[in-house]
Amino acid sequence: MTAWLRRRDATAKLLAAALLTAAVLSTVDPFVTAVAIGVELALLPLTGLSAAQLWRRGWPLLLSATVVLVFTVLLGARTGPVVGTVAGFEVHEPALGYALRLIAIGLPGFVMFATIDPTDLADSLIAHVKVPPRFAIGALAAFRLVPLLTDEYRLIRLARRARGIDAGWNPVAHLRLAASATFGLLVGAIRRGIRLATAMEARGFDRGQPRTSARETRFGWSDGSVVLAGATLAAALILLKFVHT
Amino acid sequence: MSTVEFKGFGWRHAGRKAWAVRHFDLRIEHGERVLLAGASGAGKSTLLAALAGLLAEDSGEQEGEVLVDGAPARQRRAGTGIVFQDPQTQLVMSRCGDDVAFGLENRGVARDEIWPRVDAALAAVGFPYDRDRDTAQLSGGEQQRLAIAGVLVSQPRLLLLDEPTANLDPAGAQLVRAALAKALHEVDATMILVEHRLEDALTLVDRVVTLGEEQEPLVVPHRPGPGAGPVLLTAERLALRHTGNVVDEVVRAGEALVVEGPNGAGKSTLALLLGGLTKPAKPGRVHAPGERRPPHRWRASKLAGRIGSVFQNPEHQFVTSTVRDELLLGGRDPKVVDDLLSRLRLDRLALANPYTLSGGEQRRLSVATALAAAPDLLILDEPTFGQDPRTWRELVDLLADLRDEGRGLVIVTHDRDLVRALGDRRLRLDHVGDRRLRLDRA
Repeated sequence: MTAWLRRRDATAKLLAAALLTAAVLSTVDPFVTAVAIGVELALLPLTGLSAAQLWRRGWPLLLSATVVLVFTVLLGARTGPVVGTVAGFEVHEPALGYALRLIAIGLPGFVMFATIDPTDLADSLIAHVKVPPRFAIGALAAFRLVPLLTDEYRLIRLARRARGIDAGWNPVAHLRLAASATFGLLVGAIRRGIRLATAMEARGFDRGQPRTSARETRFGWSDGSVVLAGATLAAALILLKFVHT
Repeated sequence: MSTVEFKGFGWRHAGRKAWAVRHFDLRIEHGERVLLAGASGAGKSTLLAALAGLLAEDSGEQEGEVLVDGAPARQRRAGTGIVFQDPQTQLVMSRCGDDVAFGLENRGVARDEIWPRVDAALAAVGFPYDRDRDTAQLSGGEQQRLAIAGVLVSQPRLLLLDEPTANLDPAGAQLVRAALAKALHEVDATMILVEHRLEDALTLVDRVVTLGEEQEPLVVPHRPGPGAGPVLLTAERLALRHTGNVVDEVVRAGEALVVEGPNGAGKSTLALLLGGLTKPAKPGRVHAPGERRPPHRWRASKLAGRIGSVFQNPEHQFVTSTVRDELLLGGRDPKVVDDLLSRLRLDRLALANPYTLSGGEQRRLSVATALAAAPDLLILDEPTFGQDPRTWRELVDLLADLRDEGRGLVIVTHDRDLVRALGDRRLRLDHVGDRRLRLDRA
């Protein structure tokens, strides 16, 4: 059984996450952002993500929030009320607010990434937002090739070394080498893209014929409720922000 | 089933002086299965692209006519399906079933009708997995099978196959040929296949059409080497990641060491390690006699002068904008360069951009770039991939000459003919647990 949120429409999820993120972005109040994080965490079971998956994807977010906190405490302007003391340093309210905000924005973002299947997103955008298939399916096909690029870049760098080209200790040469390898990568990517486009054309893509979809994408009440929940949550956070200050 | 007719057909790509193909006449009847053979650069792929209606009017100049069922091929595109060489750039969707359905969606087929047809097409090529399988998890041969299903699902009346097995290892190629043989029994389509390896394709066709000069059959003479000379490189306990293979090996002057094995056995990894391009995992080590440091710590200029590496994809190695500059790179002697150019039949192309060369020409250039630095040891990864018989023979002759001059060769290959012609010693890598590999003298 797939988790409830996983089965909801991709566009609905995207919209809800965008609303929530916008509301959180509008404030640095640590209380409001803490509430946002609390609600987000409370909703996590709906995504079906296990604690291990959450940790694997989420640790960079925690790390960067900590780094932000440390730097704003050490170097940031000492304004706003003091909320506590850590190891002799006073933590001011905005510093804590910035760090928490990062988490509150990041959480819905990576939950979206974890629960939206790219194919479903393309289907949903075409069906419900009327995005042209030429764009949505084209982008989908192109993104399939992205993981190949890392490998390709590594091979290009090795191939240059085999040709007798390296940078040694010279930082400028390093930059030039990276630039020329990137150019090679780009040339390769364009050629791949052309081959892919030709193959798609040969299979009848974008011939101006009306297109059907093999997969059903329904936008039902439960999908609408995701958007509604996102909007309500966003409105509540903004209200809370005014009440709290 | 379609009839196909070329009448005085010619095509010149925009911006090119030479015609890709010219004055070409051919008639193919309903249901014929035709093998289109000919040297690389003879225009076989251009003919298929023309038949598939993929040569846009503004992308070049056309002479004569190309007709499918009596009408210009461009108007008959809906009834034509084409399978290309590279499986990576043919698959569109991330789930196998979705990918096969793609062509039907584009033709506006109703959803209820799509899935039964997808299942039938997958069954026709003997696809072993279910529809939800991730396309990225398939091997090259399986991906190519899926691509064939994606074309068959639209029930084409004309089926075009542009070297569908050229990028695959022997097992993958066999898989695709089996899928084709099975599918051709079940579909009513005129079929045109482009393939270099005639003997592999003959069971699938009932007629062979050769483009350009008559092709000589591939003869595979064994050229015995002059006997092994001094040691050039010693490899100790090299672990090939993920495969469990551990290699101990000695590479000698005047000897060709052939590395064989299925895809994923770590052959290319071994080539990079021996080429001083990647660092061996401890306790593995690569050592060149008389050198204090291992090759992977050498400066690149020194490395290129001692160990030349030729990559599987030649384009990875090109850094300049003309063929001649490519060889002059690193201050090589212009005389040596011109000699190399004519020896590898590249002199005519000295000023061309390396990226615009044909596959066979690019391969020769990448070998030439490694030779320009005059290394004692040459490491080649699949040097004969997708080569026509003429280029194949030239490459094999060139490699044999290099060996007879006293250079050491390490050749990673699937090509059994190449092994037969040049393999002085063979190293076979398999998917195995942790065990040492035995060497056998051929």
